[in-house]
Amino acid sequence: MTVASKLSETLAAAKAEGRAALIGYLPAGFPSVEGGIKAVRALIDGGCDIVEVGLPHSDPVLDGPTIQTADDIALRGGVKIKDVLRTVREVASATDAPVLVMTYWNPVDRYGTARFAADLAAAGGAGCILPDLPVEESEEWRKAAGEHGLDTVFVVAPSSKDPRLAEVTAAGTGFVYAAAVMGVTGSRAQVGTLAEDLVTRTRATTDLPVCVGLGVSTADQAAQVAGFADGVIVGSAFVQRILDAAGDEEAALAAVRTLAGELAAGVRRR
Amino acid sequence: MSEKDYLPGAQVPDARGYFGAYGGRFIPEALVAAVEQVAEEYEKAKADPAFAAELDALLKDYTGRPSPLTDVHRFSAEAGGARVLLKREDLNHTGSHKINNVLGQALLTRRMGKTRIIAETGAGQHGVATATACALFGFDCTIYMGEVDTERQALNVARMRMLGAEVVAVTSGSRTLKDAINEAFRDWVANVDNTHYLFGTVAGPHPFPMMVRDFHRVIGVEAREQVIERTGKLPDAVVACVGGGSNAMGIFHEFIPDAGVRLIGCEAAGEGVETPRHAATLTKGEPGVLHGARSYVLQDEDGQTIESHSISAGLDYPGIGPEHAWLKDTGRAEYRPVTDDQAMQALRLLSRTEGIIPAIESAHALAGALELGRELGPEATILVSLSGRGDKDMHTAAQYFGLYDDKGGK
Ligand SMILES: Cc1ncc(COP(=O)(O)O)c(C=O)c1O
Repeated sequence: MTVASKLSETLAAAKAEGRAALIGYLPAGFPSVEGGIKAVRALIDGGCDIVEVGLPHSDPVLDGPTIQTADDIALRGGVKIKDVLRTVREVASATDAPVLVMTYWNPVDRYGTARFAADLAAAGGAGCILPDLPVEESEEWRKAAGEHGLDTVFVVAPSSKDPRLAEVTAAGTGFVYAAAVMGVTGSRAQVGTLAEDLVTRTRATTDLPVCVGLGVSTADQAAQVAGFADGVIVGSAFVQRILDAAGDEEAALAAVRTLAGELAAGVRRR
Repeated sequence: MSEKDYLPGAQVPDARGYFGAYGGRFIPEALVAAVEQVAEEYEKAKADPAFAAELDALLKDYTGRPSPLTDVHRFSAEAGGARVLLKREDLNHTGSHKINNVLGQALLTRRMGKTRIIAETGAGQHGVATATACALFGFDCTIYMGEVDTERQALNVARMRMLGAEVVAVTSGSRTLKDAINEAFRDWVANVDNTHYLFGTVAGPHPFPMMVRDFHRVIGVEAREQVIERTGKLPDAVVACVGGGSNAMGIFHEFIPDAGVRLIGCEAAGEGVETPRHAATLTKGEPGVLHGARSYVLQDEDGQTIESHSISAGLDYPGIGPEHAWLKDTGRAEYRPVTDDQAMQALRLLSRTEGIIPAIESAHALAGALELGRELGPEATILVSLSGRGDKDMHTAAQYFGLYDDKGGK
């Protein structure tokens, strides 16, 4: 990319402050479309530098029970791709934070790759993470994304061997999403040792920032990961706060802001 | 697509696992190394005569292959007088075709040095076959099965547990086969170091559609010889039920170059393809990506999978193997919907005319053969894949026909 994207600039700014960036995830349409828009804004108000808006899918094979439940609530509430794009638009127009979409490949494929890229860019989206689209199958998507200035974030896993890491990171832009553990989304008691090794091996293949997600839920874990990564990605823990609020919107938004604040302090700890 | 694309020697799938526009490998990065390992090990095994010898011995002495070919005269009378021949996969050990693929992949699992096997199951036949192989080879075994299916196929749940497998009832989504596959993928991502996902049909990421087909090719290879020996010629049509499509690919494959032989897959039409309650993926679906491959999918305009419905747990799936999608688009195979009612009538008919109780899945193929026989008439010969036996379905059949009443379903 010739000009630095908003996503790259945000990550560079965090780095210039000597800290990792905080990236928060919530699915659109959860608990409702309007409630979801407020919740994503609460992520940013609380201290997230970047947000990922989930496009809920009927078959979230890479998600654990928490995000499955949220996707289910969103889909039963009737969330459509146009609502996801509206969520992106409302958040992007109200804040400076880069807004990414995270989803599975089939909704994008079905919507039309070029059409999705165009509509996401028009909504002010910064890019997309498609964890079931491996680089080998991604050419069409990367072309469409490139034409609309969208970043294409790819995932690497502890099982990725070094030559493979080089292939994946060469295809991506914005940052590299390093999966901290082998498994699906969901909070875990410990981040474990796989993540740091993966970040080290990934850095050897690319100048892109490397952000770590999967299993991170507390300020202490955020601080630990911030010690070796360029960004910390938190999803299920935010979803759980909203589920715990059991329909009390104000309480849910307050809990999201509070957790974002704690995590933001975590990535600044040293 | 030109005709020669499916003539003998045609290389399908290509190196990336594509059958025309269908197939491929849409998987998370965490599974790339494991799926590549399966592909590499399968290529090595194919080149190793010891692998083929061991598999052949198991198919013969453990499964009981070759499976017989049965002329069903009284049933044929109802099929417009056409001569119907059944390829008896129901007589395999464990009661269905599923064991053919399972033994192949079990040998592969041992070659890869893995010690734990997971699998999805709908009707429970793939789960039973997998639990059986795990008992035989000494692997740990976990089977994922939709909660709806654990209820309608309770006998098979008990069989799997008897064989030492852990059976997990999946409560997400439609609580059927699709969701069992989702849960198996989640397990695999977390345990891929020691675990092989023994996928049960010709769907999923490359190399599964090709490899599972290859392990089931024996059905068609045997049947083609048996039919020629019995009748002196090729059949006019080969009919099989399609859920994910493994028994159909297995019996079709050897006949693909025989341009005069019609290949007909019977999809589950549930309460009818004009209703929302069916599983007729090729009739009503559109191209998309589900469970690791591009193929036809029952989906809405946002790419969300639509829940399927069928009285048959093994056909109750909103996806289909990519090679079938390709055979459909090229016109080499035809796919027809068969309703719950048609299948149940065919199930009872075969039971009462021939003394063979088929699985409800296989009864879809029988219903297709009845329809086709009436179209083609008495000169025709129709080969049917009788993919499994019906013991597991007696509860469903008893409810459907009222067999628990004194009148005995008259
Ligand atoms: C007896 C029998 N036939 C057919 C099927 C459908 O599977 P496939 O389409 O892969 O042959 C099943 C699946 O459970 C089955 O048990």
